[in-house]
Amino acid sequence: MSATAAATEIREFQVEIPQKKIDDLRRRIAATRWPSKELVDDRSQGVQLAALKALADYWASEYDFGRIEERLNALPQFTTEIDGVEIHFIHVRSQHEDALPLIMTHGWPGSVIELLDSIGPLTDPTAYGGSADDAFDLVLPSLPGYGFSGEPAEVGWYTGRVAEAWAELMGRLGYTRYVAQGGDQGAAVTDDLAHQGPEGLIGVHLNLLRSALGTTEGLPAGSEQERAALEEIKTFRTSGFGYFLEQSTRPQTIGYSLLDSPVGLAGWMLDHDTDSYYKIAGAFVDGKPTGGLTRDHVLDNITFYWLTATGASAARSYWEGGRAAAQAAGKAPPPVTVPVGFTTFPGEIFRAPRSWAEQVYPTLTYFHEADRGGHFAAWEEPELFSEELRAAFGSLRNGRTS
Amino acid sequence: MSSTVESATEIRPFHAEIAQEEVDDLRLRLAATRWPDKETVGDASQGVPLAKLKELVAYWATDYDWRKGEARLNALPQFMTEIDGLDIHFIHARSSHEDALPLIVTHGWPGSVFELLKIVEPLTEPSDGQEAFHLVIPSLPGYGFSGRPEEPGWNPDRIGRAWDTLMKRLGYDEYVAQGGDWGAVVTEAMGRQAPAGLRAIHVNLPASVPPDVEAALNGTGPVPEMTEEERAAFDGLAASRKTGFFGYFIALTSRPQDIGYGVTDSPAGLAAFFFWHPGFAAWSFGADPNDPKPKDEVLDDISLYWLTNTAASSGRLYWEHGGVFPTSAAGLKVAEITVPVGVTVFGEDGFRPPESWTRRAYPTLNYVHATEKGGHFAAWEQPELFADEIRATFKEVRT
Repeated sequence: MSATAAATEIREFQVEIPQKKIDDLRRRIAATRWPSKELVDDRSQGVQLAALKALADYWASEYDFGRIEERLNALPQFTTEIDGVEIHFIHVRSQHEDALPLIMTHGWPGSVIELLDSIGPLTDPTAYGGSADDAFDLVLPSLPGYGFSGEPAEVGWYTGRVAEAWAELMGRLGYTRYVAQGGDQGAAVTDDLAHQGPEGLIGVHLNLLRSALGTTEGLPAGSEQERAALEEIKTFRTSGFGYFLEQSTRPQTIGYSLLDSPVGLAGWMLDHDTDSYYKIAGAFVDGKPTGGLTRDHVLDNITFYWLTATGASAARSYWEGGRAAAQAAGKAPPPVTVPVGFTTFPGEIFRAPRSWAEQVYPTLTYFHEADRGGHFAAWEEPELFSEELRAAFGSLRNGRTS
Repeated sequence: MSSTVESATEIRPFHAEIAQEEVDDLRLRLAATRWPDKETVGDASQGVPLAKLKELVAYWATDYDWRKGEARLNALPQFMTEIDGLDIHFIHARSSHEDALPLIVTHGWPGSVFELLKIVEPLTEPSDGQEAFHLVIPSLPGYGFSGRPEEPGWNPDRIGRAWDTLMKRLGYDEYVAQGGDWGAVVTEAMGRQAPAGLRAIHVNLPASVPPDVEAALNGTGPVPEMTEEERAAFDGLAASRKTGFFGYFIALTSRPQDIGYGVTDSPAGLAAFFFWHPGFAAWSFGADPNDPKPKDEVLDDISLYWLTNTAASSGRLYWEHGGVFPTSAAGLKVAEITVPVGVTVFGEDGFRPPESWTRRAYPTLNYVHATEKGGHFAAWEQPELFADEIRATFKEVRT
């Protein structure tokens, strides 16, 4: 076998976490040195001490560190080298023959963990109140620098390059007609993929309107809904932007804390957006989880970042994003020609109105405002999320069979 | 025995003595640092390079001796007194000259009283014939050995009022004030408050950026007409904002607690975070023997934050200030200052506003000078030059 063939080989993958790594993590959590309490009664100074202490208590005393191995190894996992980086992915084929291949991309501070509970409803719809016609063959890759994917050792792995790698991955898996989905960083990758329009990609679904976070210039602002969305973006930019700016400009700087302090990592990851923060804090402080955002699920994700030691490399994806945006300034990407579906979840950083999605994506074929769910929609409401994907991609299946 | 009220306003001698187990714990944590992979660039554009930080942490964990730093502090008369419900730590070095002018000097972030130790001698006991000062160097609330506020509200205005209380409590009815970084913001607040007896102020991080320039920098206004010198300063500011120069400022302003957890639990994380600050941007990590900030002195400063567990509480001052840039004339309302103002722009500081901006900003400006040497931590880097600037700016106050 030639070296090239070996590199493009798809190898089975199993998670194995050495016990000494878990022991070290436990020891570090127990030895946490805490700052003084914030001076306010809400989260306006950041993650509240009581919430993070409750998380650390549960983490050190009740959380089962075998969960990650157990949950991931129950699924078919693989690695393959693409463009010089080892890519880890979960690949679950549906038992239904005409299933539609779907590549779904997680975000930050998420990981493949946030997508695990949507695997059942998407690949095995008949067990979740759907029909065989709703089935997907599912590919869930870990972004470069995240989880068990390799860490790029060179600059240039911005979301556009990841999108090219995803097209290569789907081709390598033998999928000639497929769809793609993403929120957060996954929305950026999927948006890039849609603009690139590789052969075989027949549609995308997004649950974050990426471009509006960059600029709202030219977006309609007349209706109440449009003004509310603008206001939400403004709030994010003035008070919720710290992590974004930090990671876009000095990922290595925050990286030292994220690698050396489990509680520092947890605190940093908990403060993504107001809605998800309060939901997660509620799970730990009041014992009231919202949907799938349970204590165990949240800690699965944080523990995953810790054990794979990817706090810095994941943060670096924002730096790559900033660099790519600066280089692309003034250059319009090729237009999206494939059909686009969009779901607005009510707890998202901003609730993108239909008019915005239509303007950003002239090929919009599906738009819906969900009743529940936030930034981590697939994680929080996996069944509702899966219904959105079924609805968004339904017409593409019909196109195929007619 | 004195009453409660009296004992609260009492001035108590203070001696720094960190428990040995705290010092040992710091060493253990440094030795157990879990490192990220190397940055993917060949420079500092993603943050502190791994190799540099590893080298510094190795030294910090082994050869560095906190007790020497502590001894530098304890060589000076230190005190504690409660003001407005909070314990305030301060160094109080009286000159042997009876007619010395009382001066309160305030440090900034990520500095501390350590950055000001080298000006004590030249200011209190100057060479023959030069003016002397009685020097008061407090630790900001939430910094070093001062108490950590437990309620919101300790903003620069409130600190400024506390400083006036301190000076009066020390019996100084007439005095001057000086500061750089946060110290400049506090000192300018005092200038606006103009309490009885405050004769003049001097700052080395002037709020000189005019409102129209600030608006252009924020993208909320057109770029105004400027001279060549002003345009160069404007371009420098615009470029630095784009490259994340001030990212730590935004992060601490919006959610200080988030950064706080990591830097309270990881000393390597704390050091890395501090080196984001422009004052350390050109620092050679102790590799340059001519560097005015030797490794041990920088580690004294960082160790002080660690050992007093004030990494999170110090960051809250940014939150209290609400995101107003310390360089903004309108933001700091420096036009409302009624006492005489002196400004020194040190030539190696990252922020060097043109004199024309400074003149527009401060109506009561009576001294402005640009030096060649000295950076953001001018008192630390060039103590003699710094002392000369202080003497020059406050000369008229004495007559």
